[in-house]
Amino acid sequence: MTDPVMQARALERHYNVGGGLFGKTRVLRAVGGVDFDLTPGKTLAVVGESGCGKSTLARMVAMIEEPTEGTLSLDGKPVLPEDWADLRKSVQIVFQDPYGSLNPRQRIGAILEEPLIINRKEMSKEDRQAKGRDMLRLVGLRPEHYDRYPHMFSGGQRQRIAIARALMLDPKVVVLDEPVSALDLSIQSSILNLLRELQERLHLAYLFISHDLSVVRHVADDLIVMYLGRAVEKGPKADVFANPMHPYTKALLSATPRTTPNAAKERIKLIGELPSPMAIPDGCPFAPRCWKVQPDCRATVPALSGGAHSAACFYPEGEAASE
Amino acid sequence: MSLLRIRNLSVDFATASGAFRAVDAVDQDVDTGEILAIVGESGSGKSVSMLALMGLLPWTATITADEMSFDGKDLLRMDTRAKRRIIGNDLAMIFQEPMSSLNPCFTVGWQIKESLRYHLGLDRRARHARAIELFEQVGIPDPEKRLAAFPHQMSGGMNQRVMIAMAIACKPKLLIADEPTTALDVTIQAQILDLLASLRDETGMGLVLITHDMGVVAETAERVSVQYAGQKVEEQPVVDLFATPHHPYTAALLDALPERATDKFLPTIPGVVPGQFDRPKGCLFSPRCKFADAKCKATPPPPLGADLGFARCFYPVNSDERIAS
Amino acid sequence: MTDTTSNEGQGAPVDGPERPGQLREFWFYFRENRGAVIGLWIFAVFAFLALFGPWIAPHDPTAQARDFTLLPPAWQEGGSWTYVLGTDPLGRDMLSRLIVGARYSFFVGVVVVTVAASGGIIIGLLTGFAPKWVDSIIMRVMDIILAFPSLLLALVLVAILGPSLTNAMIAIAIVLQPHYVRLTRASVMSELQKDYVTSARVAGAGLGRLMFVTVLPNCLAPIIVQAALSFSTAILDAAALGFLGMGAQPPTPEWGTMLAEAREFILRAWWVVTFPGLAILVTVLAINLMGDGLRDALDPKLKRS
Repeated sequence: MTDPVMQARALERHYNVGGGLFGKTRVLRAVGGVDFDLTPGKTLAVVGESGCGKSTLARMVAMIEEPTEGTLSLDGKPVLPEDWADLRKSVQIVFQDPYGSLNPRQRIGAILEEPLIINRKEMSKEDRQAKGRDMLRLVGLRPEHYDRYPHMFSGGQRQRIAIARALMLDPKVVVLDEPVSALDLSIQSSILNLLRELQERLHLAYLFISHDLSVVRHVADDLIVMYLGRAVEKGPKADVFANPMHPYTKALLSATPRTTPNAAKERIKLIGELPSPMAIPDGCPFAPRCWKVQPDCRATVPALSGGAHSAACFYPEGEAASE
Repeated sequence: MSLLRIRNLSVDFATASGAFRAVDAVDQDVDTGEILAIVGESGSGKSVSMLALMGLLPWTATITADEMSFDGKDLLRMDTRAKRRIIGNDLAMIFQEPMSSLNPCFTVGWQIKESLRYHLGLDRRARHARAIELFEQVGIPDPEKRLAAFPHQMSGGMNQRVMIAMAIACKPKLLIADEPTTALDVTIQAQILDLLASLRDETGMGLVLITHDMGVVAETAERVSVQYAGQKVEEQPVVDLFATPHHPYTAALLDALPERATDKFLPTIPGVVPGQFDRPKGCLFSPRCKFADAKCKATPPPPLGADLGFARCFYPVNSDERIAS
Repeated sequence: MTDTTSNEGQGAPVDGPERPGQLREFWFYFRENRGAVIGLWIFAVFAFLALFGPWIAPHDPTAQARDFTLLPPAWQEGGSWTYVLGTDPLGRDMLSRLIVGARYSFFVGVVVVTVAASGGIIIGLLTGFAPKWVDSIIMRVMDIILAFPSLLLALVLVAILGPSLTNAMIAIAIVLQPHYVRLTRASVMSELQKDYVTSARVAGAGLGRLMFVTVLPNCLAPIIVQAALSFSTAILDAAALGFLGMGAQPPTPEWGTMLAEAREFILRAWWVVTFPGLAILVTVLAINLMGDGLRDALDPKLKRS
């Protein structure tokens, strides 16, 4: 087993919300204490519904936002905001919307070369161009696309360009924030293949953020399920999908539509909606929607427990099955 | 006699660089009480055909059809006023973004009562009672209090329930749901889809579900129409479609689902959906199809029979012929 | 593995009929607005006159033909084809003065728009990127400038600086500047939300690069429209200041100044006021029409397909 390239411990991010001139500012805990390791050549997927803090997590890892609490370390060295400029080369991000993530006024060549111009000042213009063209080929586009503008490309091709740009600085970690959810099904599969191929070739560590369990099931090695800023379940993909321990994971799995019509299946219906992240209930955040809630769930927050495959629940599912 | 009958519907848009055909010779039937799913990728014209039916397209669109009838009435030769009486009453539609479909300046109660007043002419008290009844029907807890809420005070799922309540207020015979759950989380999506199916069971209305999500189709629909680049390429009952797709596009699309993956790498469909400038002469899928030959590239295939899912293809997959050869 | 690579290869590129270029698309939308095209042609004529006026004008605009004062236009009784649009009270040729006057108006428009826009864009960019308190201070100052009636403020400024065409231009530029600040700030704010800006940040782009390379080119469309519209405002304001005696000084053939000089002859010689007035009207109208067309073509929110 290779050593992790990036480690996060008790990562938290709070926002001060509202108030205005006279109002009271309140604290929104977007992410409340998440641990994980990213290993070269492996994909860690973070799944959850909107508002669960998965995108905030991605932005902290990509050094766009500073963690309020907790530590992030890269190759064993702590990631501090004053070192961001140097460390950025190693962590890059690909966004969800390929229409918003490329500057519409820059040619593809300029988009690809920009990270080099900023970070590798000693590199000659010819070397930069050569590298850009190589990268374009690597993501399955043609060198003559180098001088075109983003609006001449389809969504899938733009996402390839965004991936190429993220790889220009030879990063070790790539954060993929819902990289395929804005794409059509027929394009999605080729982007997923490309990501896997690049991972194998360049030995990249992926942090894959998604809300789509069927995509995650295909790409992930390990999985974190988040709910209202907390990791509620964590473990190797196969274990989590086979034996979900947290009731929320189980509900999420059963709510995800499968493409087998008329398959007999017991769907767990969650009552109610996601509480506002401004007012996270005391105790287990999932307690108000849980069907097996007990009084102690409402009083204390359960911690993640149980080895490689762990869940933050006092009464986890399928204890016996997971042995 | 089907509830909705569309024959040879085409929609063209005038754009900066000439006409763009968004819907191309689509036939579609919907029966009372059935759930039809129209599935397709972006640019497949799946929403446009239904917006054309509702008369909701901008002025740049030119709509042509041989037949467009609803509940035995001919929509093509109907004057605007008569049409307006049907649309919103017997024919209702809900959209993808519940937040932007509701007016943020008014309470949801005011908005639903306003539509009750306009369409049914109920008095004040009857409107209030009916609004509460509708909110209960779509599973909004504490309806009395929710009537006074503004759209931004409620979640996306709740707003979509309000939209559904408004749509079914006049007991429509057909409800068109355009990507009703795309903006929602999966747990909420499951609730909304269940609600739509149970409303269909209660009221016996027809339901057209426009979506790009194969999972939603498989779990909700009874009959599925697959659209590609403006054409309907295949139509089958849901179980048959997922088991034996006939059009190569449908087959390739189902293979590309990550859920059905058997290998590390997924099967892909090369190329992109043809746009305005690279529309093929023959079969629209021919540039991306692995079975395509010279004939496919030269002549557009007509739809086949019902036993082959009306597939627009010369060489349908999963047919007896192919198995024999 | 190799299989997928080749698949990617043929999957990606779309070639074939090219999508129309941005310029062609722009022209399509612009052309649709007939008024804008007419405006563009008039503006072209105006610009041509401004550039080559002195070589086209039949007479020297300041030469005084003492024998032919207040000569009516050629088609009226007593008119002469030597002075097609007649002469003014000092016997100067109206047509020549109007043709040469175009360059002053054009000059005013260009200078005012350049000064106001460049200043406004820089302040707008700064406020868009600056911390909230800096933003608040600058914007309140802009609000104060906007709270004055623009011509009045320009008058006050000219009164302080002393009446001349240059000072009038400075005054008008200051008055017009807040519009650019607001517009730029608003576009910057909305562009900052977009992922490509974050992506430039992740690539390590510094503040200067973010402002001028990443964000500014994407904010230009509304600014160009505003520039076209304020071009006409500048001409109008300069003419007004000239008319009030606070702009260009006689004998400069500036249109507003010409109007002011001819004021007392309105009843006797209609042409001395009508032609400069018409020149201002037609130019301003043409530029405004062109500005509307620019907005239709550049503002994606108004695009109809």
